[in-house]
Amino acid sequence: MNTTTEHSLDARGLNCPLPILRTRKALAGLEDGETLLVISTDPGSVKDMESFCNQTGNELVENASVNGEFRFTIRKSQEKRHG
Amino acid sequence: MGKSVDIRTGMNQDLFNQWFDERMAKREAEHTPSMTIIATKGTLDMAYPPFILASTAAALGWDVAVFFTFYGLNLLKKDLDLKLSPLGNPAMPMKLPVGPKWLQDTELNIPNALMATIPGFENLASGLMKKTMRDKGVASIAELRELCVEAEVKLVACQMTVDLYGMKKDDFINEIDDWVGAASFLPTAQKADISLFI
Repeated sequence: MNTTTEHSLDARGLNCPLPILRTRKALAGLEDGETLLVISTDPGSVKDMESFCNQTGNELVENASVNGEFRFTIRKSQEKRHG
Repeated sequence: MGKSVDIRTGMNQDLFNQWFDERMAKREAEHTPSMTIIATKGTLDMAYPPFILASTAAALGWDVAVFFTFYGLNLLKKDLDLKLSPLGNPAMPMKLPVGPKWLQDTELNIPNALMATIPGFENLASGLMKKTMRDKGVASIAELRELCVEAEVKLVACQMTVDLYGMKKDDFINEIDDWVGAASFLPTAQKADISLFI
């Protein structure tokens, strides 16, 4: 599986809901199947990013915490909406 | 078991159940969640919940409409000069955005009745809160509002309030989708999955 991250988003220092809003915006510019690396410092973004991916159908490939920073790798998937 | 037949459809019961589940799952998958918010407050602290919820819901792919009425209309003005009001806001924390961390985290014990009556205190508290927000990476109201506009959140203004207070439409942002009354907004709220009054 190709997990090379072609795009990244620095959301460090931003607080809820900015990391999610910026992620949404960054994903909009990606092709299906491309991945985005998001780095944040907001502890709330861990759960929120999971929920965001769950709702929008994008795949949360990796979710790691390194030295107080949170790193998310998200693979863009054809958008799906949930009821 | 497998032989029972649904009298209404004439279908085999198991097949019917399978068909029904599939139809329901399809319906759910195709459904776009929606939310409407009624924003009635125009202070700095109460400006956050509607814009945070609206922009986040839009990021999740939901359809969102916000109806701004009464003091909530202040949130749609070009000039966003929002203030905090300690008056009638007893749970409002009072903290300093400067100095060592222990001091910043300390709740200053100033009686609410005092805060609400000292001239100039509103300006001071508003300035402190804006600084805290900026320092902690929380978006400004102007920024959140812009994100809402970008994400196609419908901003709906209450026509009656404008007439009531003699407000000028020129003072409001151009991105307002509609100027309507309650009777126009309620049918939208009726169809929404979530409706909030803030």
